[in-house]
Amino acid sequence: MLTILFDGVAYGMLLFVLACGLSVTLGLMNFVNLAHGSFAMAGGYVTVVLVNRWGVPFLLGLPLAFLAGAALGALLERTLYVNVYAKSHLDQVLFTIGLVFMSVAGVDYIMGSSQQFVNIPAWLEGQINVGGVGIGRYRLMIIVLCGLLTLALQLILAKTRFGSRLRAAVDDQRVARGLGINVGAVFGLTFAFGSGLAALGGALGAQILGLDPIFPLKYLIYFLIVVTVGGTSSITGPFVASILLGIGDVAGKYYVPTLSAFVIYSIMIVMLLWRPQGLFSRASSR
Amino acid sequence: MALASDTRPLAAEVAAFLTRRARWSVPEIAFWALALASIWLFPAKHLILTEICIWAMFALSLDLILGYAGVISLGHAAFFGLGAYSAGLIGKYGFIPEPVLALVASGLIAAAVGFATSFLVLRGSDLTRLMVTFGVALVLGEIANKFSDITGGADGLQGVEIGPVFGKFRFDLFGHVGYVYALTVLFLMFVVARRVVRSPFGLSLQAIKGNSLRSSAVGIAVNWRLVAIYTLAAGYAGLAGAVLAQTQAFASLEMFSIERSADVLLILIIGGTGYLYGGLIGALIYRLAQDYLSDLSARYWQYWIGFVLIMMVLFGRVYGGILAGAIIAATIWFKLETGTAFALTGGTLLVLGVVREPIVKWIALREQQAVAAMRRMRARLRLGAVTGADDAGRA
Repeated sequence: MLTILFDGVAYGMLLFVLACGLSVTLGLMNFVNLAHGSFAMAGGYVTVVLVNRWGVPFLLGLPLAFLAGAALGALLERTLYVNVYAKSHLDQVLFTIGLVFMSVAGVDYIMGSSQQFVNIPAWLEGQINVGGVGIGRYRLMIIVLCGLLTLALQLILAKTRFGSRLRAAVDDQRVARGLGINVGAVFGLTFAFGSGLAALGGALGAQILGLDPIFPLKYLIYFLIVVTVGGTSSITGPFVASILLGIGDVAGKYYVPTLSAFVIYSIMIVMLLWRPQGLFSRASSR
Repeated sequence: MALASDTRPLAAEVAAFLTRRARWSVPEIAFWALALASIWLFPAKHLILTEICIWAMFALSLDLILGYAGVISLGHAAFFGLGAYSAGLIGKYGFIPEPVLALVASGLIAAAVGFATSFLVLRGSDLTRLMVTFGVALVLGEIANKFSDITGGADGLQGVEIGPVFGKFRFDLFGHVGYVYALTVLFLMFVVARRVVRSPFGLSLQAIKGNSLRSSAVGIAVNWRLVAIYTLAAGYAGLAGAVLAQTQAFASLEMFSIERSADVLLILIIGGTGYLYGGLIGALIYRLAQDYLSDLSARYWQYWIGFVLIMMVLFGRVYGGILAGAIIAATIWFKLETGTAFALTGGTLLVLGVVREPIVKWIALREQQAVAAMRRMRARLRLGAVTGADDAGRA
């Protein structure tokens, strides 16, 4: 029971790191980025290549994956995404679905369609026993790492100047612009950072979620659930939503394996009927 | 004049307007005459034409909700797959031996599920809709996967037996009967859809698409209208899937996939939304292009779909489509190896993204010039007439 809870929390934390960038970009520019998972996949594959082929230590591979994802995000944001912000939601969906398809086929071509695994160091394998509860070391590391990241994110958002600019831009873009905040630059930075986080999540999650070319499509629904249920006005909402989703999914797979796929959808439907605007969304939304 | 104090002339005028809107124009009649003629003109192409008809039905169904009601769906394949499995299972277990009745039954099943899920789709924003429609498709696909002893699971539904249409015409190997069957169904569906969107109900849908808040303020029951059109569209998608299952005697899990939902979105976008023929024309272009570019179609087809989608968003449907088509044609012309083609087109995309602004402006300028030139030419043709001089003066 506790093991399931533990695994669920680890899974949820991972989902949060994967999806939080998406919720911020969505809240900031009202931009539906379905290609968010592609950045996560990129991070996963970068780690696979670095660690497995070039022998880079796993712990060094993680920040490199983050940087690679951030660089990719910045590049695509500056060249392609900027053209689409002002367009309709339909155009945004078409555009980002197009990106997903291109990335899926591209990765399939370069890396093959089989599932990839990252060679994790020996000290992260196996379990430790704490009071009779088996705890996977790798999952423990994920919880610690993602927990620290979440704290850092919260601090950045709440305490730094950039954070206050970002919050201002999310709250009311026009007023923020009027106050001299360069919303475009804030957005570009946030987008790159969010893509980097997704890449980091992809690198960490390669072991748990499985890494193959259809990753962006397979986990798209999870990202969408996290941002719609969690809302886009803070990072607390997506965080709680991720943890709930993680626990629900793991528990579903354990207790009702034949129906596991339906558990998260049932959660989603109940959530929607109960709070159609998301768990934590504020009344004033654009 | 429409503001006469008596309401009778206004009512008459509205009626006249609606009648005028509903009239069949010459190009429309020509389109369907051509479609009818294709039965005799291209007897060797009936298999591919059948597929085009099915895609057209599916895109028509999406047009009803996207083009007229403005609902973005990422999982319209849910109802397509549902219709296909319904028809397949009905055929396999011989519940209804007659295909037309089985088809209607499949459509009704899909419509019923569409009705049940429409209440979820109506909630929230575009993003919520994306999630819900996508989720519904995943759930249905998962159900078909899980009940593998009935549905055949990942192997697909095999051993489907389809009886002869009206007890007389058996589906043949060359697809002749299948094509006539599919074309007839498509035409009937089109006529009904046309009637629906040109009715006051259709007008109210367009009002909702334009501004749902204002529509409810003028007394349109927004939610119920959306439920109605979503149910109809789901039934239509179910019919499309059912025709596919009946003509191919097969159904597979792939029919629920997001790839299929995205394909139908692309087809509709190619043809254009909101005038019903878009789906039909798009299906024709898409399927013929797929046939023509069969070198690409195998494993990496998705890459090119994505490429076309992005180009159409960046440069507009027409110019983006042409540009993308030209680039893809060039990669075939130079016989580029897949990796090189990917790298080159990907790089081109990045560059095009950077230089998009000036290109779009240039296109707009050229368009204006072309329109002006056309106006001048028309004026010159009518030289001497008063209106001609007037037009030339304006240009």
